[in-house]
Amino acid sequence: MNFGQFLLRRLFLMIIVLFGVACIVFFIANVIPADPVGAILGGNAPPEAVDRLKAKLGYDQPLIIRFGNFITGAVRGDFGVSLKTSNPVMEDIKNYFPATMELALVAITISIILGITLGILSAVHRNKAIDQFSRIFSILGVSMPVFWIGLLLLLVFYFKLGWLPGSGRLGFFTYPPPRVTGMYLIDSIIAGQWDTFKEALLHILLPAFVLGYNATASIARITRASMLDVLRQDFIRTAKSKGLRKNVVIYRHALRNSLIPTVTIIGLVFGSLLEGAVLTETVFSWPGLGRYITTGMLFLDYPAVMGGTLYIALIYSIANLIVDILYALLDPRMRM
Amino acid sequence: MELRGKLLDVSNLKVSFYTYRGVVKALNGVELWMDSGERLGVVGETGCGKSVTSLAVMRLIEQPGEIQEGKIIFNGKNLVELSEEKMNNIRGVEMSMIFQEPRSSLNPVMKVGYQIGEAIAKSKKIKIKNTYPEVKDMLRLVGLDPERVINSYPHELSGGMSQRVMIGMGLATHPKLLIADEPTSALDVTIQAQILELLDELARKMGNAVMLITHDMGVVAEFCDKVLVMYAGNSVEYASTARLFEKPLHPYTGGLLQAVPRVGRTDELKAIKGTVPDLVNPPSGCRFHPRCPHAMDICKLERPPFVEIEPDHYVACYLFKGKNEVREDG
Amino acid sequence: MEKTVKVSKPFMDDLKHTVFLWRKSRLTMIGSAIILIFLLMAAFAPLIAPYDPVHQDLQIKLQAPSWQHLFGTDQFGRDIFSRVIIGSRIALWIIFLVSVISGSIGIIVGVTAGYFGGIVDEVLMRITDMFLAFPSLVLAMAFAAMLGPNLTNTIIAISVVTWTTYARLSRAEAIKVKSQPYIEAIRAAGGGNLRIMFLHVLPMCISPVLVQLTLRMGTIILTAASLGFLGLGVQPPTPEWGAMVSDGRNYLIDQWWISTFPGIFIAFVVLGFNLLGDGIRDMLDPRLRR
Repeated sequence: MNFGQFLLRRLFLMIIVLFGVACIVFFIANVIPADPVGAILGGNAPPEAVDRLKAKLGYDQPLIIRFGNFITGAVRGDFGVSLKTSNPVMEDIKNYFPATMELALVAITISIILGITLGILSAVHRNKAIDQFSRIFSILGVSMPVFWIGLLLLLVFYFKLGWLPGSGRLGFFTYPPPRVTGMYLIDSIIAGQWDTFKEALLHILLPAFVLGYNATASIARITRASMLDVLRQDFIRTAKSKGLRKNVVIYRHALRNSLIPTVTIIGLVFGSLLEGAVLTETVFSWPGLGRYITTGMLFLDYPAVMGGTLYIALIYSIANLIVDILYALLDPRMRM
Repeated sequence: MELRGKLLDVSNLKVSFYTYRGVVKALNGVELWMDSGERLGVVGETGCGKSVTSLAVMRLIEQPGEIQEGKIIFNGKNLVELSEEKMNNIRGVEMSMIFQEPRSSLNPVMKVGYQIGEAIAKSKKIKIKNTYPEVKDMLRLVGLDPERVINSYPHELSGGMSQRVMIGMGLATHPKLLIADEPTSALDVTIQAQILELLDELARKMGNAVMLITHDMGVVAEFCDKVLVMYAGNSVEYASTARLFEKPLHPYTGGLLQAVPRVGRTDELKAIKGTVPDLVNPPSGCRFHPRCPHAMDICKLERPPFVEIEPDHYVACYLFKGKNEVREDG
Repeated sequence: MEKTVKVSKPFMDDLKHTVFLWRKSRLTMIGSAIILIFLLMAAFAPLIAPYDPVHQDLQIKLQAPSWQHLFGTDQFGRDIFSRVIIGSRIALWIIFLVSVISGSIGIIVGVTAGYFGGIVDEVLMRITDMFLAFPSLVLAMAFAAMLGPNLTNTIIAISVVTWTTYARLSRAEAIKVKSQPYIEAIRAAGGGNLRIMFLHVLPMCISPVLVQLTLRMGTIILTAASLGFLGLGVQPPTPEWGAMVSDGRNYLIDQWWISTFPGIFIAFVVLGFNLLGDGIRDMLDPRLRR
């Protein structure tokens, strides 16, 4: 199978899975709640109000029609109107998503650099001080709840030391840069507003670190394990028998092989970043998609929940697709 | 000190592995030597330490293993004492090695040409991309189509082709010694013969010595000038191939030869009784005594020395004390 | 490499080796100790906790840690130490039920898919993929929110998003087992499909699933605590650790102890499970067993 066929097959599978995902989302919001409208309005609402809301949400129609409407709407990117913000859900997503993306990208960058470095160092200096440090750092990273680390760091760096800003994407009196991508770091560079850039950077540092900590730990652990695994392989012995120096053996022969599992884990980790974003955004009042759907869920804003969840699943699937492609590029055996 | 082999002289080599079960004394005073251009076969059952010996000569023993004692004099230098850096100037330059599993011995994510070029580049201190003419020559020499193979990945080659690549890689730097650790046992029978023929032809052409690790006496008979028989981490017999096949002295060698099937052979094939000993708690004295039909009291107490019984015929066995007391029934 | 002589390894030797590996790894022992403490804490919670965890007394609200109230009191004057201790029971209950439910769903789906193969396998595995296409916390949040946030629904929501791992695992195991000669022999002797599946194939899948379950227990606590923190899990006044951290958010600057102590306990228990899990993984790794 060549690369093109591989890609087509993966895309086809992704579409099937996404259809299933839409079914699950629809099921969650339409079949599970026994009395969706009653839950929103409370028990004593007048019948006219209930009927009006039912009609607004389309709940007066049979299930199958609603499902059809949902799917055809979703394909066009139309998830209905949010009950809470009264905007079309898609418009809300467009407004909130760049903040999440920006946070996730900064977090993943931090964790890839930090995680791979730590992982390689601890495999190469196995059982030495750096390995022990990295192990403790990693095991704490996967053990401490994200929201709790966030609160502690907020307490220390914002409330006590005052070194970093506490919440939001920018200070209260700063205007966001003119929107191009919706990511303030990039937009401020485009607009040449360096002060805004600096402010955005300071604001994103803490949440991105908190969000990326868990990912750093996972990446470091998997890199260490796969590096150790690769260092045991026959071809490493061959490389050594050629008289190559230790560093050449490690960085030229072992590294690329050991990154193959790491790339897979980066995909999974990106998914966990989207999860973590839900929590981090709540802790740092970061106006992103995670916070949007959390609020949606708390207020039983069904269109927002369905649209937001489906959108996150879409992003997650795309991330996995990218990982598969990278995987195929890194390992020539996969392209067979 | 007088050396028995001009190219390589290994004496009293002891290697141990530290495992959870205790210390595994994998090599317990191995003796081995070779002259330039010579072909030595190292034979013995699985677990007798032949592979460990070859890795020790390359100084490739890794944790939890360790060379504890002994000398490895190669080309006048004692490899045991060399720094890692100096050792790197010998590995892959003056001696190189090919392995049992050719396919897993090549890096799966690097093109074959690059991997051969790397060896040449290192010994000549030139850039890898400048080695490609030489890489092509080498590929042609090992009977592969250079244009096709040079840009292939290992998974695109068969086992036989991979072993040809490994041989090309091993010989690309014109080493004085090529160590081949069971180079054919992972390959099909028909391919085995071809690979052996290739090794033979190239060694003749390039004049390098070959240490062939194998458990196949037939291969030894065909290929080697000299044979070293190992048992449980010891050298037990050394002689020229013709001499050894004609008149094996050590009871173990006798057993080993009787276990070889041969065309036209009419007598019964005999397996050696008993099993390979546990090297954490090896038998006392001669490690072979529990399986030996001729075991005497002294065999249980003391390790027999490895001595020259006849010119160029060495044995570690109490049945033979001097050059005149050879028993014929070994 | 022929470094050790191959000897047949009887069962006792194997067991001894496992114990050897367990004792050699100090971190694994620490993990085991943490889990033991956690279990004892949950077992004797009512005896350890000095106060009623839900009793409110506004007279003593927001008191700093003291000998009277080891971890201080919260905004309703509840004793945080007692709440944290009782909270361990809730955490343990969630772990236990989620493991049982998701393990059962996973093993049944997986064995069915693996045993029947073909179209059944294809359909079941695609369904599994669909669940894996969500970040699991987000899916659990959606379930919990729509079911209504409480303890039971937290357990259901987490189970619904975690069974997939076990399904994939037991499917692989079932495929391995069903091609064994003795299964053929049973079939030849007239054993029906369901009978073979439940009596002969399924039991073989239990131990790998059990191992995986223990490896995932830390994650279950984290997910439950996250749901609680977001307000989509167990609701106050039930002393669930995540919800308690959330309670203290607004008092972070001056009454840091409200959020800090429940968080420490989450981290501590999850750490225990992770250390133990690492140890188990290492012990089962054939490469490290040499």
